[in-house]
Amino acid sequence: MTKVFEKTKGLTDKPFHYCPGCTHGIIHRLVAEVLEELDVLGESIGVAPVGCSVFAYDYFNCDMQEAAHGRAPAVATGIKRVHPDKVVFTYQGDGDLASIGAAEIVHAAARGEKITTIFVNNAIYGMTGGQMAPTTLVGQKATTAPYGRDASHAGNPIRVSEMLATLDGAKFVERVSVHNAAEVRKAKKAIKKAFEMQLKGEGFGIVEVLSTCPTNWGLTPVEALKWLEDNMIPYYPLGNLCTPEGVK
Amino acid sequence: MAKVLMKGNEAIGAAAIKAGCKYFFGYPITPQNELPEYMARELPNIGGVFLQAESEVAAINMVYGAAGAGARVMTSSSSPGIALKQEGISYIAGAELPCVIVNIVRGGPGLGGIQPAQSDYYQATRGGGNGDYRHLVYAPATIQETVDLLMEAFDVAEQYRNPVMVIGDGMIGQMMEPVEFKEPKKRPIAPKTWSTDGTKGERKPNIINSLYIDPQELEDHVIRLENKYAEMKENETRYENYNVKDADVVVVAYGTTSRVVKNAIAKCEEEGIKIGLIRPITLWPFPDKAFEEITDRTKGILTVEMSTGQMIDDVKIAINGRKPVHFYGRTGGMVPIPDAIVEEIKKISGGVK
Repeated sequence: MTKVFEKTKGLTDKPFHYCPGCTHGIIHRLVAEVLEELDVLGESIGVAPVGCSVFAYDYFNCDMQEAAHGRAPAVATGIKRVHPDKVVFTYQGDGDLASIGAAEIVHAAARGEKITTIFVNNAIYGMTGGQMAPTTLVGQKATTAPYGRDASHAGNPIRVSEMLATLDGAKFVERVSVHNAAEVRKAKKAIKKAFEMQLKGEGFGIVEVLSTCPTNWGLTPVEALKWLEDNMIPYYPLGNLCTPEGVK
Repeated sequence: MAKVLMKGNEAIGAAAIKAGCKYFFGYPITPQNELPEYMARELPNIGGVFLQAESEVAAINMVYGAAGAGARVMTSSSSPGIALKQEGISYIAGAELPCVIVNIVRGGPGLGGIQPAQSDYYQATRGGGNGDYRHLVYAPATIQETVDLLMEAFDVAEQYRNPVMVIGDGMIGQMMEPVEFKEPKKRPIAPKTWSTDGTKGERKPNIINSLYIDPQELEDHVIRLENKYAEMKENETRYENYNVKDADVVVVAYGTTSRVVKNAIAKCEEEGIKIGLIRPITLWPFPDKAFEEITDRTKGILTVEMSTGQMIDDVKIAINGRKPVHFYGRTGGMVPIPDAIVEEIKKISGGVK
């Protein structure tokens, strides 16, 4: 009998703690598969954030550091400057990266740190129970925006990828989604390119992955995938915002 | 090696490089700027990295990453900047990473001023970051002592896998004194088998972390840290004692202030008043033992600080009610003069007998 699927060596055997229908599991697997396929698991050091993916250090089967809230790009900078020949990546949510860690991600990108950031955007604070994130859509309800996000009060959501793409140090910026199988495949391609670019020493790379939070959105997993497609993609359009020459 | 005349901040940089520090992450703030500037000039020449971070917060987290990756790493700042670093210091202590933090103290609160002060004794010795953590705080009084302690600090940090702070004030940072660089004594330092430098497929992944979601695991971790701190207290406490046994009055002072106090003591001795001095060299652990030498003859203790009275709390804990503890201090960047200290001493001793 032919084996058609095997769990990637890039993940440990620790069971995920994620809620049913949450797409963190898919995104973890994509990153882990890419590290395995590029044969860099033994050369990789990942940095986990604070938020739902805080335990990512238990799931990725490579050396890991757990950073303070928002500080993953600074921690990754410290690691990469000590080990410029290693693969260094951060895995961060939208509260971590776009709110408290906005300075760290902007300056890591501006310096052209040769690291890869996987930015999981589910438009809400998941771990703390559904509060408004800087990426929460206008009108979207959150526990700290019970009447829906009001732009005149809380401002408009931040398009992180577009913002970072304006910086010369950011060499690879792409927004992808994982709401269906075709998009999952595209997401993996982008993640692989981002890591390949790091191996070539091109500069900072980020893949923003639109993700669901059925628990805090108050939707079933299937409804959440639909909600992402109908509501998030119009505001956060998918696609590549910059790619260096030679990475195709 | 011949002595060289160096400015305090630059001597710290030179000492760090001699101690094998190749990585420095910092952010500008007066009065410590000559140190990052020195590192920016010198580290690239030895294959090291100087990086100016976007903030003190980022700098200390770069230190976390680099220390976790196995490097000898240092950062420096001054009072308000140290306040910003304290989140990171707590994480570094929790994750048991070695690093050296230089704190050239200026006046506060808030933006305060840029002149020498000791008003961050609480900040340095009581943490400021969250949780049950401790770190050594060396408080040198001369640039030679700064250099000696700083070189040793890297070894101490690695021996205990804990951050070490070297605290000076604007005076230590800015003045020039002759220094020589001497190898510190050898310490038992275990290889960094815990560092994250890639598994190379030869070992299980290493994880640098301070999160323990199970309360029993966290308590076990904190108790293990506490035992380590007790060991540091036992082995690493340092102080200078002068004439404590025969003293009418014992003065307690550290850093720059202790040098002014020594002048005051000389003046008192000329007048026949016997003054003892306890100079803590480690602020944490505080040298409680030094106070056991105080005899019944002593009328009182005088704590002198460039603050409104912070170390005095530790002096009171150490003396445990056996003697009255008095205070004299200047603050906000004002440095006490010997005559003012003599006057305070005389109030306690009752003058010449």
